[in-house]
Amino acid sequence: MNESSPILNISIFGVFVIATLIVVIRASRNTKTAADYLAAGRAFTGPQNGIAIAGDYLSAASFLGIAGAIALNGYDGFLYSIGFLVAWLIALLLVAELLRNTGKYTMGDVLSFRMRQRPVRAAAATSTMAVSFFYLLAQMAGAGGLVALLLGITGTGGQALVIAVVGALMIAYVLIGGMKGTTWVQIIKAVLLIAGAGIMTVWVLGKYGFNLSSLLGAAVDAAPKAGEKLLGPGLQYGKTGTSKLDFLSLALALVLGTAGLPHILMRFYTVPTAKEARRSVVWAIWLIGIFYLFTLVLGYGAGALVGPDKINAAPGKANSAAPLLALELGGPILLGLIAAVAFATILAVVAGLTITASASFAHDIYANIIKKGQAEDKDSEVKVARITAIVIGLVSIGGGIIANGQNIAFLVALAFAVAASANLPTILYSLFWKRFNTSGALWSIYGGLFVTITLIILSPAVSGTPTSMFKNADFDLFPLSNPGIVSIPVAFLLGYIGTILSKDKADPAKQAEMEVRSLTGAGAEKAIAH
Amino acid sequence: MTQVSIPFSTKNGPHLEALRARHVADTYDEYREEGPVSTVDHTPSESAPDAQKWADVQASDDFVELKRRLLKFVFPVSGLFLAWYLLYVLLADYAHGFMSTKVLGNINVGLIFGLLQFVSTFVITTLYVRHANKNLDPLAEKLRNEIEGDGK
Repeated sequence: MNESSPILNISIFGVFVIATLIVVIRASRNTKTAADYLAAGRAFTGPQNGIAIAGDYLSAASFLGIAGAIALNGYDGFLYSIGFLVAWLIALLLVAELLRNTGKYTMGDVLSFRMRQRPVRAAAATSTMAVSFFYLLAQMAGAGGLVALLLGITGTGGQALVIAVVGALMIAYVLIGGMKGTTWVQIIKAVLLIAGAGIMTVWVLGKYGFNLSSLLGAAVDAAPKAGEKLLGPGLQYGKTGTSKLDFLSLALALVLGTAGLPHILMRFYTVPTAKEARRSVVWAIWLIGIFYLFTLVLGYGAGALVGPDKINAAPGKANSAAPLLALELGGPILLGLIAAVAFATILAVVAGLTITASASFAHDIYANIIKKGQAEDKDSEVKVARITAIVIGLVSIGGGIIANGQNIAFLVALAFAVAASANLPTILYSLFWKRFNTSGALWSIYGGLFVTITLIILSPAVSGTPTSMFKNADFDLFPLSNPGIVSIPVAFLLGYIGTILSKDKADPAKQAEMEVRSLTGAGAEKAIAH
Repeated sequence: MTQVSIPFSTKNGPHLEALRARHVADTYDEYREEGPVSTVDHTPSESAPDAQKWADVQASDDFVELKRRLLKFVFPVSGLFLAWYLLYVLLADYAHGFMSTKVLGNINVGLIFGLLQFVSTFVITTLYVRHANKNLDPLAEKLRNEIEGDGK
């Protein structure tokens, strides 16, 4: 059988890095103002931004994680992708356009629009950073496992070095290219990823005479342990009452989290109008949906052609299902290509997260809280964003080295739980509930954040079981690994209680302005002409 | 690259000056210092006539109609797809036998329901775009022109 060739893999990846760096440098030539750096001059078209959103969203967890989960756990892996996709309807119907019309660079712009600026911006920035950090950790941790598989680097030191290289490259992209450069990296990566997955999908289906049923049958035959159970739900989550509840909780966080992910929200500012924001979501929904259909075939294909035993024995376990399938189908060259795409995926998503977190710090905290709005759109705002990007890059390199080996899909699920609990209730209330006020916003953001993180710390994912982060400690007071089923309703409730208990009145003038602007696009930030 | 040019018209009502100044300021940074610097507690474009203008538009028939058309679509549809998603999740979670019933070869009810989630997502997306293009955009554009142009 064919063998993986580390040198080939590194060369293909090197070509990607050089090509994207050239694009980033060229794209950055016009980057002058804060709107250029943080929102790409608002000059991307809907389709371009839609492809970039797909690039941002189809992270390593989607590609490697879901394909692997389907290969090993069958139908239960497929459930992830459905939640991830349906979630986009909330972004499309309730959030994208209204957000584009009222904000400028960050989620904090919208949440603080009709509230007292400083406290609400501080809260929005806090939860933006929390979500971005969990998501970053997931990606960096994934990089370690991937490297082990692709480059044959199994030592912790070697993997740490590669994580550091990924981090350094990502810092370079963000510093040089800003939002524009990062967006182009996302576009290139999304095209490569979707095309690569598409080719493999056709290839796999071709082996089974384009008959999905035969493919499923072959996957069952190749998995004597799971057998027929591979095709129905329950293999992973159906064991006990608690695990079923855990799954329900996960499903809620997935569907409600997307529209609260700051790095996705920020992408809506890179287009000139709300209508383009809508077009971008439509493009994203089609691309993401089609991609998840590919992963269904790839997952069962990996199960059938590679087999669960071989996947489990590989260094990256479930995460290695898709790369192993590529090796099986097209030998070392296809593996090299898919590996480069997977690596590019991590790199691009990490860059997108970094620019989001740094924008939030520079715009919400530095320009609007520390400088009280005086530094908004000044050069210093961009300078602070660049410095923050370096700091975040270094922190995520460190975090990635520590988190190396943790389950990627789980870490991403946590990011979704925080986004669904702390961000989404606050966004929906401020867009649609007239009475919502500063105190309600603070209660729902901080309350949602606190409840989610507390429940995660007290969950079996952190302590008490053999697969926990801390195997030897035992403080798992909360039985579920996914907090969403509790934390999301609690956050909605806190936003409501905080609002009605407060003497603080909503500002009717600002509410009128926000509502009119959000629906009509009057006074919305315009694209920049160069 | 697409650009939206900033509408410059000579017929500016006084209450629109602040709004216009803001657009200019966002494009050309240096103008910002001459324009009214925003206060800590509020986003820009805070001046009494402006506030009145927003309130007037909010109370206008066109705006009430726009809001009604938007909410009449997005709230029920959101309720519907969330309920359908939840039903699917509950079935996948608690009705393993039903979901594993084979329909066609190895293709079972669960897979068909899962694929139907994809179909419903694509359908809702298409319907919303059609609704927005036909019923929302023209009205929003009319209002936007009234606010940003020379007003009423």
